[in-house]
Amino acid sequence: MRVNLTVNGRPQEADDVWEGESLLYVLRERMGLPGSKNACEQGECGSCTVRLDGVPVCSCLVAAGQAEGREVVTVEGLAESARQRAGGGAATGARGAESASLDAARRWQAGGTDSQTGENIELAPVQQAFIDAGAVQCGFCTPGLLVAADELLERHPNPSDEDIREALSGNLCRCTGYEKIMDAVRLAAARRSEEA
Amino acid sequence: MAANGAPTGLTQGARTKGGIGESTLRPDGVLKVTGEFAYASDMWHEDMLWGQILRSTVAHAEIVSVDTSEALATPGVHAVLTYDDLPTDVRHYGLEIRDTPVLAHGKVRHHGEPVAIVAADHPETARRAAAKIKVEYRELPVVTDEASATAPDAVLVHENRTDLPLSPPTSSGAGGTPVIPHVPHPNIVHRQPIVRGDATAAAGRADVIVEGDYYFGMQDQAFLGPESGLAVPGEDGGVDLYIATQWLHSDLRQIAPVLGLPEDKVRMTLSGVGGAFGGREDLSMQIHACLLALRTGRPVKIVYNRFESFFGHVHRHPARLHYEHGATRDGRLTHVKCRIVLDGGAYASASPAVVGNAASLSVGPYVVDDVDIEALALYSNNPPCGAMRGFGAVQACFAYEAQMDKVAAELGLDPVEFRRINAMEQGTLMPTGQPVDSPAPVAELLRRVKAMPMPPERQWESSEGADVRQLPGGLSNTTHGEGVVRGVGYAVGIKNVGFSEGFDDYSTARVRLEAAGGRPVVTVHTAMAEVGQGGVTVHAQIARTELGVSQVTIRPADTQVGSAGSTSASRQTYVTGGAVKHACELVRERVLELGRRRFGSYHPAWATAELLLEGGKVVTDGGEVLADLVDVLEDEAVEVEAEWRHRPTEPFDRRTGQGNGHVQYSFAAHRAVVEVDTELGLVKVIELACAQDVGKALNPLSVIGQIQGGTVQGLGIAVMEEIVVDPVTAKVRNPSFTDYLLPTILDTPALPVDVLELADDHAPYGLRGVGEAPTLSSTPAVLAAIRNATGLALDRTPVRPEHLTGTAGADGT
Repeated sequence: MRVNLTVNGRPQEADDVWEGESLLYVLRERMGLPGSKNACEQGECGSCTVRLDGVPVCSCLVAAGQAEGREVVTVEGLAESARQRAGGGAATGARGAESASLDAARRWQAGGTDSQTGENIELAPVQQAFIDAGAVQCGFCTPGLLVAADELLERHPNPSDEDIREALSGNLCRCTGYEKIMDAVRLAAARRSEEA
Repeated sequence: MAANGAPTGLTQGARTKGGIGESTLRPDGVLKVTGEFAYASDMWHEDMLWGQILRSTVAHAEIVSVDTSEALATPGVHAVLTYDDLPTDVRHYGLEIRDTPVLAHGKVRHHGEPVAIVAADHPETARRAAAKIKVEYRELPVVTDEASATAPDAVLVHENRTDLPLSPPTSSGAGGTPVIPHVPHPNIVHRQPIVRGDATAAAGRADVIVEGDYYFGMQDQAFLGPESGLAVPGEDGGVDLYIATQWLHSDLRQIAPVLGLPEDKVRMTLSGVGGAFGGREDLSMQIHACLLALRTGRPVKIVYNRFESFFGHVHRHPARLHYEHGATRDGRLTHVKCRIVLDGGAYASASPAVVGNAASLSVGPYVVDDVDIEALALYSNNPPCGAMRGFGAVQACFAYEAQMDKVAAELGLDPVEFRRINAMEQGTLMPTGQPVDSPAPVAELLRRVKAMPMPPERQWESSEGADVRQLPGGLSNTTHGEGVVRGVGYAVGIKNVGFSEGFDDYSTARVRLEAAGGRPVVTVHTAMAEVGQGGVTVHAQIARTELGVSQVTIRPADTQVGSAGSTSASRQTYVTGGAVKHACELVRERVLELGRRRFGSYHPAWATAELLLEGGKVVTDGGEVLADLVDVLEDEAVEVEAEWRHRPTEPFDRRTGQGNGHVQYSFAAHRAVVEVDTELGLVKVIELACAQDVGKALNPLSVIGQIQGGTVQGLGIAVMEEIVVDPVTAKVRNPSFTDYLLPTILDTPALPVDVLELADDHAPYGLRGVGEAPTLSSTPAVLAAIRNATGLALDRTPVRPEHLTGTAGADGT
């Protein structure tokens, strides 16, 4: 079947989708958006969290056909959607991530001077906060956590620790022990209230 | 700054930023937060096929027949391979003993063992084709514990056990240590006794003797990024493998002989690794992907799902431990006797080394002159067990710390005070007779963790009632706190750093310094697996510190450079960090030689002074600038590849366990505060504070992250994590994230960390491996706190509700 949906502000279609394919599979394998991660594929870990018409969902549990005609925001579109929320002007379409092709893998280098690596890349505040707070280690849980945290902060700009823990309780992280993830969300909230 | 050659004072600002000791940020952080970092499961090639593995549905059986014809006839299927299709006579692999079949031959020895592999054009096609392979099994009795392993009529797990020694070390790869086990039964993989002094005589001097039996459950690494890789056949008949692993060269050494290829035709590149924790030390799908790629002539990608991941890697050894401690009335330990039985499962993996660790670290960080220790690992038909963070020391720490509390209680002493009285310090002899020749601040760590402020009592209570989110049971609203009691517990542990027992534990680094675009630029190339721990961050910091250059590029890890050894045993910052430092020092020497040749006549300091590289310049130790690096280098690139080794270790004596077997020790202490709902049998850890000595924090932010992560893995094993294996069938009951419980952010408390930096003079910058020690002591601290809250004995991990409510069966399950 053919599936049409809007991903990160850009209309997308996928052909020859098998009825059993998940939204996660279509995003990763058919649309070249591997940012949403495939850690458990049974809705337990939250690594594949995307927003479907604004609501955080585990994309592994959404059949691709269920997303027909709907709006999806993935980690690849977080920066652009944050910019639009902040009134950053006309949408030019989110920066589509390159497919993680073999060439991209070969080209990968940890270059530059650490945090300055991303100088020219626009990040959502919550993305920058995750980097600054040391909340990224292996990073496999990071995309899902970012989508969930971004949604929390949109809904609840000054969350208490209990609010943060509740909002992120569907996202497993095996590396950090969560403390630095707490720090990151607190930091993003604090920076936002400073700006306001 | 002054012109080239003219002396001038070096300003403060010229010091190169981003060196060691600073919390510089991860160089891969931006890619990871934007979703662009290419993990192994993200690899993609336009012509690629998908691989799938068919696994055994039973734990122990003869394979009567395998019929692949229907699978092979499925449209979209390009290959179906079994043991009979393997290209060479080398059909087994293994880290220490080559006992693991690439595909099952004749029999299967554990639930989930690979039997056949399929390549197809869609992952679902591959899965359905694999399901069409007909395997007929004739089931055999299962070996599941020590009694069934050593019974007079016991079935042998490896009926023709030969323990093939590994090939000798090669110049390009990591060699192995031949293992010739000294064991009393073929179902025992390895056994290590340690005898020092006379424990029986010492027991006669004890005022109290306390015995205990403990069980430690099977834990899973549960890294989030599933086992994945992409194999691409090369035009030269070789293969390129993009893979998430912990040690590229160890994989290479095991893969190439099975494929019948020389090592230089198996080119391996590290792809993004989503966590490891020991679970990627063994091969998973590496050979399978290569076999399918070479057979089909197409790139083949394999991605495990979570169910398969639970079968596709080794777990932490479950253990039964018996301890006897004696002490005098004034609180001094007289002796320790212990016996540790680790279940290694169907294949050896790292079991011999885990046994060595469990034995040599079984007494903990205490002074005991008279010990009688035995540790062994079984072969069984349970899932294979091998490396996991803490590696044998974790199981022992759980038991000896429980014992320390019991002895203290028997003596009427405060448990922390009792530990302090017996705490080892620099100079103490290990049970192996090895002196601890660097700081061992055990008493100080306990003092610090005890001195941290306590979290307030009953935080969940307010005038408006209870915030159920903070109670044991959380959002399920099952209580309002009526049955909640608090407890506090302490524990401390000792872990070895690096590979032990005489292993040649070296690393290699290639460092290049050149001028590019008018600036000096450093490139660091190692084969170190970055698995999330932050090695790429500290390598850049080390290069900046040693070469005074801010622009550092870390090349992707691959087998085009010499081995870096494994990303495990808390060793990479020490060993590969040491190799980067060493290579930088050699580069610096060559640069200064170049400078002397070019500019030596301009200033006498070139010949006489101690020269440094700082801020992109050559300076004297007094701060005088002699030259810009770009002028010294001109068009020349200075490149050095060098190996680096820490001090050698030696094997433990087979009978007495004596020997200088370890390189370095690390120490951590925890204080756990828990609240237990005694009616519901639920535990909430309120706070888990840690004090750890790291020698030198090269990157404080990463150090804290490692300590907190390790702490929570210890919390997991204390209260929820366990792979449950059916004791009758040896089948795994809970291979999913639904049934294998991991701590969520709601289960995880505040994790205050106090970092101590007492330099180890033998290590680069004085550093001490960080990642593992916190996993040791957090589990017994939580258990101690739960015992303190409930008054229950609690002798197993994880503690489940039935253990707290008294509704568990006689076997604790």
